[in-house]
Amino acid sequence: MRLAMLTSRIRVEEKLLLAEMERRRVPFEMITDGDLILRLSARQFPYDLVFERSISFGRTLYTLQTLESWGVRCVNRAEVVATCGDKLLTNLALERARIPVPRATLAFTVGAALDAVEELGYPTVIKPVVGSWGRMVARVNDRHAAEAVLEDRATLGSWQQQIFYMQEYVDKPGRDIRAFVVGDETICAIYRESEHWITNTARGGRASRCPVDGAVGELALRAARAVGGGILAVDLVETRDGELLVIEVNHTMEFRNSIDTTGVNIPARMVDYLLDSAERSA
Amino acid sequence: MTTCPECDGQLTIPDDAIQGEIVPCQDCGAELEVLSLAPLEVGLAPEVQEDWGE
Repeated sequence: MRLAMLTSRIRVEEKLLLAEMERRRVPFEMITDGDLILRLSARQFPYDLVFERSISFGRTLYTLQTLESWGVRCVNRAEVVATCGDKLLTNLALERARIPVPRATLAFTVGAALDAVEELGYPTVIKPVVGSWGRMVARVNDRHAAEAVLEDRATLGSWQQQIFYMQEYVDKPGRDIRAFVVGDETICAIYRESEHWITNTARGGRASRCPVDGAVGELALRAARAVGGGILAVDLVETRDGELLVIEVNHTMEFRNSIDTTGVNIPARMVDYLLDSAERSA
Repeated sequence: MTTCPECDGQLTIPDDAIQGEIVPCQDCGAELEVLSLAPLEVGLAPEVQEDWGE
């Protein structure tokens, strides 16, 4: 079995994964997506299993789609990446599986989007369908703010910025939850606390351990399965009534702040899954 | 030893650095990408793209 890891930038996470693979003496190669040339009629690739760890959604998706069409096994699968990388597709997958999610709407013009925001009520969150780390996510508290954000988005170059995805604002208790799912298990979770309504640790949210032996672990696993399963980070929020809602699912999860916090060796669990996948497809 | 392409300051790259890793310049804080290890070569890391994330 010939293994490769697809990367672009080498983050702390990739270094931890590399160290874990080296510790186990697992032979593998690094592929940098920026150097990759996929010769489409060749239908050949020198690796049997590719572990996607690229920071670029577009490059990852097209690489995995190409490789899978050639019979190369990918972790996560292209279909999972396609779903998780798009907030609308994630929302649809979660709704199909009857996973509780915040109310959301979709519109394609500023006028229709404004009506949709009014229908959801204020505050509402306007998000790009593609993007991460809380970038371009705006909470609007009134119609004037909604008009400003939507009109601003409408002037941006990318067509995806003009797909208006609006989500009910959840009045969470100053924190949200990130749960890590590997295969059939929610291995650990953290609370992310922040005074700011965006609680991503990439944006300064503080991490503390969240137990997974209950509703959090169960719901995270259901959400991961709903998008196709694999190695996934599920973001959840608690409502003031104590209900749990799933916000999104991440396919190339960052975990550097969660290893010491949870006491779980996340990269080791990821490599276990990878090697199991390799054995199954051998 | 090499220098920062942004501020020309002396750079110290960690011993366990690998190609593709992002390292900050200790002088100006610019994000730099390790382009090659032998010979050691760094460049300004690309700006965050719209589809970057996790």
